[in-house]
Amino acid sequence: MSNLEDLYREIILDHYRSPRNRGELATPPAHRVEGFNPLCGDDVVIYLDVRGDVLEDIKLTGHGCSISQASSSLMSAAVKGRSLAQVQSTIDTFKELMAGPASSQSPGEEHDDELDLRTLGELAALQGVVKFPVRIKCATLAWNALRQGLEELA
Amino acid sequence: MATGQRVSSFSARRVRADVPQLTRVVNGRTITYLDTASSSLQPRAVIEAMSRYYELRHANVHRGVYQTANEATEAYEGTRTSVANFIHAPGGASEIVFTKNTTESMNLIAKSWGAANLGPGDVVLLSEMEHHANIVPWFQLRETTGIEVRFIPVSDDFRLDLTNLDELLEGVRLLSITGMSNVLGTKNPLRQLASAAHQVGALIAVDGAQSVAHDTTDVSGLDLDFLAFSAHKMLGPTGIGVLWAREEILDAMPPFLGGGGMIADVRTDGYTAARGVTRFEAGTPPIAEAVGLNAAVRYLQGLGMVDVAAHERDLTDDALRRLELTFDGRVRVIGPLDAVDRGGVISLDVEGVHPHDVAQVLDQFGVCVRPGHHCAKPLMRRFGLAATARASFGPYSLKKDTDVLLEAIEHTLKMFG
Repeated sequence: MSNLEDLYREIILDHYRSPRNRGELATPPAHRVEGFNPLCGDDVVIYLDVRGDVLEDIKLTGHGCSISQASSSLMSAAVKGRSLAQVQSTIDTFKELMAGPASSQSPGEEHDDELDLRTLGELAALQGVVKFPVRIKCATLAWNALRQGLEELA
Repeated sequence: MATGQRVSSFSARRVRADVPQLTRVVNGRTITYLDTASSSLQPRAVIEAMSRYYELRHANVHRGVYQTANEATEAYEGTRTSVANFIHAPGGASEIVFTKNTTESMNLIAKSWGAANLGPGDVVLLSEMEHHANIVPWFQLRETTGIEVRFIPVSDDFRLDLTNLDELLEGVRLLSITGMSNVLGTKNPLRQLASAAHQVGALIAVDGAQSVAHDTTDVSGLDLDFLAFSAHKMLGPTGIGVLWAREEILDAMPPFLGGGGMIADVRTDGYTAARGVTRFEAGTPPIAEAVGLNAAVRYLQGLGMVDVAAHERDLTDDALRRLELTFDGRVRVIGPLDAVDRGGVISLDVEGVHPHDVAQVLDQFGVCVRPGHHCAKPLMRRFGLAATARASFGPYSLKKDTDVLLEAIEHTLKMFG
């Protein structure tokens, strides 16, 4: 069952059981954005409180599987209080992680996977998802919504 | 033994031995296939019939005069006769239209019969337990014709609530309903519904995708007007489905898709549609798939649908009882809890675990179930669910499949508990 333990790491189950930054923020001043997966019915609602170029606060609600819920919880913890540039960079790194080893080892480009994982911190627990292609959309649901929310604010 | 009592020769073990895919090993375990409601597995008889066709007998139908072309036409048309016989079609082969699947069959009813016969204020009555294939085509028709779409509610015991059927039937021109719910397993009282529909001058269409492969289907005895089903849910191949309709209804229906094969004549100023069922079959049809469907029908008839139904009732009854005993409420069955008027489709709500996670853990045990809304979102909303994990039986299923299912659910609960 090693594969399954790769997917359901203890950090993921912990964030699923006790999601961080759960709740709502008043809109305005916060910005509200929804993400939806029509195939499985999972949804996420994100509230973004951006002051200047800092994501001061983030709250989430939604329903879904352990992967989508843990990923959104981990995401909120990783981006809260960060500058928008840092948030964008975290989104990019995470998306790269989800794209799998093929994309991060493109020819002619030296890539240090270890460094990537270190910058991701707890988010690296989600790397096991890559081995389960149908679950990647679960892990990326909240991230796509976050990116969309930031684009709407830009 | 009483005279006339038939001796059953049905053996699920023998059926199992006929299905090569059931020997597959996934994650170190032989698979436990519990996803027949999505798609059934094929016995060798079906696979070999299609393979023989492609190896030696392939040609286009209804065209050539050479021997293999004649053979292909005979094989294709022969399936119509087998299917008509299988569902007891009163008018025989001339009432069998081949489509791509149940969904296309339902669309054909809506877009051909519906568009020609329904107008503003006419009501199409559905139920809350319909698959999207029997909802969306009617909403699409509503956009162009102004019909009203109405729903028979589903009660808390997962059956149709027919208390106000008389009121619901007011103004109804077509009652279109599933024979068996693909989520709940509930079998609907088709004879009663057909009689109620006919009393108000309405027709009745049945989505037979789930019911046809698991019990005897007698469209004459039930007094139906339309029946739609797919080959791939009845041990046959993907890519071919059936629409049966009474001959006088079919004869009055305008063509569906346009193209070759469905015409009597084409000129520069117009066309004349062919008569008969080919009017609904534009383009080269699924010939190999028809050959496979014929083999599937013969295989099922060889098993005996009465015995198939009895076997699956036994499995369902056993699974429902053991789910209740083993999990003591931590696993809720979304469907009737007794095996009466119910088929072998068992939707599960596992406490604290999302259906996608349930299905993922089950996969590690080689157990194939389907998580999701099962293309029945109005029904899921009715019961406040986003999704369920669904296990479903076929004629090759055994009680030992339920053993593995229970073991895997036990593990899931431990993991997420």
